[in-house]
Amino acid sequence: MKKQKKRNRGRWRKDDTQLTLLALPTAIWYLCFCYMPMFGIIMAFKNFRIIDSSKNFFYNLLASETVGFKNFKFLFSSGSGGLVIKLTLLYNLVFIVLGIVVPVTLSLIMSQLHSKKFAKTCQTLMFLPFFMSWVVVTYFVFAFLSPDKGLVNEMLKNFGRNPISWYREPKYWPGILIFLNTWKGMGYGMVVYLANITSIDGSLYEAAMIDGATKLQQAKYITLPMMKYVIIMMFILATGGIVRSDFGLFYQVTKASNSLYTVTETIDVFIFKMIKEQPNPNMGAAAAFLQSVIGCLLILTTNKIVKKIDNDSAII
Amino acid sequence: MRKKEKDFEETPIKYNCIKPATNVIFSAIFFLLAVLCVVPTIFIVILSFSSSKSIAQVGYSFIPVEWSLEAYEYLWNNFDMISRAFGVSIFVTISGVIIGLLLTTSMAYSLSRSNFKLKGFFTWVVFIPMVFGGGLVSTYNIYTSVLGLKDSIWVLILPMAVSSFHVVICKTFFKTTIPQSILESAEIDGASQFRIYFQMVLPISKPLLATIGLLLTFGYWNDWWLSLMYIDNKKLYSLQAVLMSVERNIEFLANNADGLSVSAAEYAMKMPKEPMRMAMAVVIVIPIACAYPFFQKYFVTGLTVGSVKE
Repeated sequence: MKKQKKRNRGRWRKDDTQLTLLALPTAIWYLCFCYMPMFGIIMAFKNFRIIDSSKNFFYNLLASETVGFKNFKFLFSSGSGGLVIKLTLLYNLVFIVLGIVVPVTLSLIMSQLHSKKFAKTCQTLMFLPFFMSWVVVTYFVFAFLSPDKGLVNEMLKNFGRNPISWYREPKYWPGILIFLNTWKGMGYGMVVYLANITSIDGSLYEAAMIDGATKLQQAKYITLPMMKYVIIMMFILATGGIVRSDFGLFYQVTKASNSLYTVTETIDVFIFKMIKEQPNPNMGAAAAFLQSVIGCLLILTTNKIVKKIDNDSAII
Repeated sequence: MRKKEKDFEETPIKYNCIKPATNVIFSAIFFLLAVLCVVPTIFIVILSFSSSKSIAQVGYSFIPVEWSLEAYEYLWNNFDMISRAFGVSIFVTISGVIIGLLLTTSMAYSLSRSNFKLKGFFTWVVFIPMVFGGGLVSTYNIYTSVLGLKDSIWVLILPMAVSSFHVVICKTFFKTTIPQSILESAEIDGASQFRIYFQMVLPISKPLLATIGLLLTFGYWNDWWLSLMYIDNKKLYSLQAVLMSVERNIEFLANNADGLSVSAAEYAMKMPKEPMRMAMAVVIVIPIACAYPFFQKYFVTGLTVGSVKE
């Protein structure tokens, strides 16, 4: 560390100029697409109006009247604020837990299968949903759940039950959405974890076996500790997403059905509606502001906690 | 270890295996899971080859009463529209991947050089967007009014070109797989940083380029969000956007078909609605389903290399 610092001091060299030039286009990209929107966040404290349509967004933003926390007050008094927060957090907690437990468990089991060819084939097939966009998944779901032609309702009819109009019944959807999210992310997680498992030194297992360790003990005392870093990294990244919600899953897959809003009105859907359907950009901006700030704090806090427990696993 | 590199294909050590009975159970579980992941795709392919009559009779079923190609014939007759959407998708994907790779790797290479003076500053530039974003509303306003990207093809390409996560993966890859001594000796020989980056670093990192390139490819091919937000002009609709519109409004195609001798309403009457929706989805899914198994190995190498912490 010290040596590094010493070497970093000293004169500005030609190499530094060239490296700066190499990094510059990307830095400009970051300025346009990441940092400029960050300045736009003051919209949450403004009553944004187009004051002068010949000037650009920033001029109008700064010229708009500042209203302090009024937008936030509206957000929470509108009645949907509480529901939106509750849904977003609950769904995400389930997604984070399942998104780690399911792929880790499956990769542990898969690494033990006798036929490696079979394991590899299965892994490839399970990776398929990851490459499907939510728009396509919407079609899959519709093929099964369509109220008048769907496969599930046809089956129910054949068993002499009443068909269910799926897109009007909120009670089924939390389960369906959680299932879909797990189904889609499973393959990706497994690729990451399996690659990690196969990179573990085989002699550790041999030594454990000679000492009489069972398979379960081997998994508990060798594999899981060796996977710790990757799991923690995935976990920290996931916590940052706790205030985001997968718009495609909640909006597209449910076909934006109004009768389902009690289980699908997560924060991104809410903000989208604020922009596109019932234009109220200021309230949307307030919601987006909360989303950004809370998300940022969450990642930093998680990282800090992880750092306290185990310094090597922190990502920052 | 001596006979070949240790990888997924390695023969298991025979005496440290799970019992055969357990193996059968586990294999069965994975067989079911694999089926669960593939069945929906097969299902919509079957549906796209069913006739509308059959769907009216027995609903969406794995065994249609009658097979037919009418959905595909219909798409073929709409060739102008579909091929334009296809063209938009292809163009966006290819240019997006090239731009994205150049921007990502050049930044990552600069960050990977330990004696680069501005390393700390650029690290923060890349890191902050990872945890903090402007939010949807201000992003929307910036893109449309400041950058003037509404209804332009670039709005489908640029916003997705760089992701901080990719930059970090690349940086780690450069740090761990390219020996610093090679780069330093090149510097001593008088090679400029551009030359090192283009002629040494990029050729060495083919597996990495493949990985990031693939992530970008699928990202662009599957993107519907940017179209939904910023594109109103039907000429700039990508395949996913067309699919989205068809899902909302099946008459979309009829209303946008060119050079019709009959009225749109009449045209819509004749349309094999249900199978056609599914055929549209198939047109999008099949290229992906056919391509990804061949590239999977790159994913595995890239993801593992990238996730190793320094």
